[in-house]
Amino acid sequence: MTGESDYETSVRERRTETPAEFGSRRAGLMTRVQNTLHATPALVPLIVLIASIAIFGLLIGDRFFSPFSLTLVLQQVQIVGIVAAAQSLVILTAGIDLSVGAITVLSSVVMGQFAFRYGIPVPLALACGLGCGALCGAINGTLVAKMKLPPFIVTLGTWQVFLATNYLYSRNETIRAQDIQAEASLLQLFGAKFQIGGAVFTVGVVFMVVLVLGLAWILRSTAWGRHVYAVGDDAEAAQLSGVNADRTLIGVYTLAGLICGFAGWALIGRIGSVSPTSAYEANIESITAVVIGGISLFGGRGSILGTLFGALIVGVFSLGLRLMGADAQWTYFFIGVLIIAAVAVDQWIRKVSA
Amino acid sequence: MTPILSAKGLVKHYGRVTALDHCDFELYPGEVLAVIGDNGAGKSTLIKALSGAVIPDEGEIRLNGEPVRFATPHDARRAGIETVYQTLAMSPALSIADNMFMGREIRKPGFMGRVLRQLDHKEMERFAREKLNDLGLMTIQNINQPVETLSGGQRQGVAVARAAAFGSKVVILDEPTAALGVKESRRVLELIQDVRAKGIPIILISHNMPHVFEVADRVHVHRLGRRLCVIDPKNHSMSDAVAYMTGAKAPEEELNAV
Ligand SMILES: Nc1ncnc2c1ncn2[C@@H]1O[C@H](COP(=O)(O)OP(=O)(O)O)[C@@H](O)[C@H]1O
Ligand SMILES: [Mg+2]
Repeated sequence: MTGESDYETSVRERRTETPAEFGSRRAGLMTRVQNTLHATPALVPLIVLIASIAIFGLLIGDRFFSPFSLTLVLQQVQIVGIVAAAQSLVILTAGIDLSVGAITVLSSVVMGQFAFRYGIPVPLALACGLGCGALCGAINGTLVAKMKLPPFIVTLGTWQVFLATNYLYSRNETIRAQDIQAEASLLQLFGAKFQIGGAVFTVGVVFMVVLVLGLAWILRSTAWGRHVYAVGDDAEAAQLSGVNADRTLIGVYTLAGLICGFAGWALIGRIGSVSPTSAYEANIESITAVVIGGISLFGGRGSILGTLFGALIVGVFSLGLRLMGADAQWTYFFIGVLIIAAVAVDQWIRKVSA
Repeated sequence: MTPILSAKGLVKHYGRVTALDHCDFELYPGEVLAVIGDNGAGKSTLIKALSGAVIPDEGEIRLNGEPVRFATPHDARRAGIETVYQTLAMSPALSIADNMFMGREIRKPGFMGRVLRQLDHKEMERFAREKLNDLGLMTIQNINQPVETLSGGQRQGVAVARAAAFGSKVVILDEPTAALGVKESRRVLELIQDVRAKGIPIILISHNMPHVFEVADRVHVHRLGRRLCVIDPKNHSMSDAVAYMTGAKAPEEELNAV
């Protein structure tokens, strides 16, 4: 029997694959907080959002803490909010989409130009614009899933390609707001306003909220949603468990592209015109909202509700600081601090598993 | 008797490394077949080829005598082959129930399930809890607990329970007791006996010779990417088996035990 025990130890020493690790668990207040945040990742951005509204409310008073101002925040973040919803899906798969802004503006240009240059009926032109967004997303997804290229590189490339296509195709022309209003007002649908008391809402704002709630439901309650998390968490494990990782990835990028198409439509509603130079910051702003919203850049963790809160936090800071008469640079300053804080919190929450 | 699962001449290269070198394999109905071999001998690659996780460069796999080609692990699962991979293949951030049903989720009945594709979380949790209780391995309070908060042994238990619950033709276990303590390992061995009692054959990769000799009907000795021999544990000692797999001794007879 000595042979076996020798063998056993030699195997143990030479073992290279560690299939699982033992973790020790300490109880305590911090651990409990950590566990709660681990289970409900949208909690941190929600608390930060409520706190920042309260603080600006105290500092500025009624000028800020009014239905009008608070709904103004919603209107100001609607485009970024919609784009950030798309960005969230991609980041949950451990990817990143730098081309979201380019897809958004290209889609809006397709909608406008198809209606005005070719005289295509507006609903059809809208469908073409949305289709253009989905197609752009599908190109990203195919390159990431099938060619196994890093998402950062793929979308760094397609960002330039889509943006250049946008300028070339639109010939740098802007379609004026008056013309759209007169001939194709459906393009401005997302800008339509309605009031409840002093609060002003737009169709775009309602769309953003419904979109985020709908995606949150899908991510939690459908198999596809669970697969998005599984692929982001560990793509190889998901594949071995019977998930079609490639198809899930392509689906995510395509859906993200489609959502950017809707953001393009909302963009026309927001600015009134169709301009090839709009929305150029949407990629960075959307990533900011996602990160402040507590979604892990490493994938597989976080809640899309957090992204909405993240976008709103940015909106509250911009409006609040503006109403206080502060230099606009202070907004960037605080957003930068928030980004770093959010990532630090994410790292800390992830330690729950270590 | 025709093997339920067999392979002939499997070859798999990873760059310059030859993980499988014209490897043959047979699993017969109702048996527990242990696969033993040194680290790097190609055992994991062999079972990955059998379960669709790796596509062999050459060779043929047959299920019930029919040639099959599994392009993905999902294909093999649909054919009734359930595998616990050495790395466990779980999503750490997702719950135990989510992991057990990954890739074969249960939807709610009626409109919510069929049209909106809503998952039946309740039913999946009930089933998961039942299977973990069957295994008796678990001291888990919360089936919605993320897998990453489990100990290594608990994780392995969940993976084994998943395979035992869903395997209908073949269950493959790649070092299922590697991270387990003595008591937990016992439970896995009992589970293997349970699965065999249901008439489902099992492939067990293990480095633990006492375990192998306790449960296996036949032992496939793997060396340098191929099957060296198949021995009957009743006619061989553990030190023989170890000597064959390390190359210290050559087997006198090949493929003798069926
Ligand atoms: N994905 C991979 N890429 C490159 N080499 C691999 C891969 N998987 C296995 N190998 C190599 O193939 C050989 C057999 O590995 P494996 O099947 O894991 O052996 P075992 O399970 O018997 O320890 C080893 O040399 C290993 O390094
Ligand atoms: Mg192995």
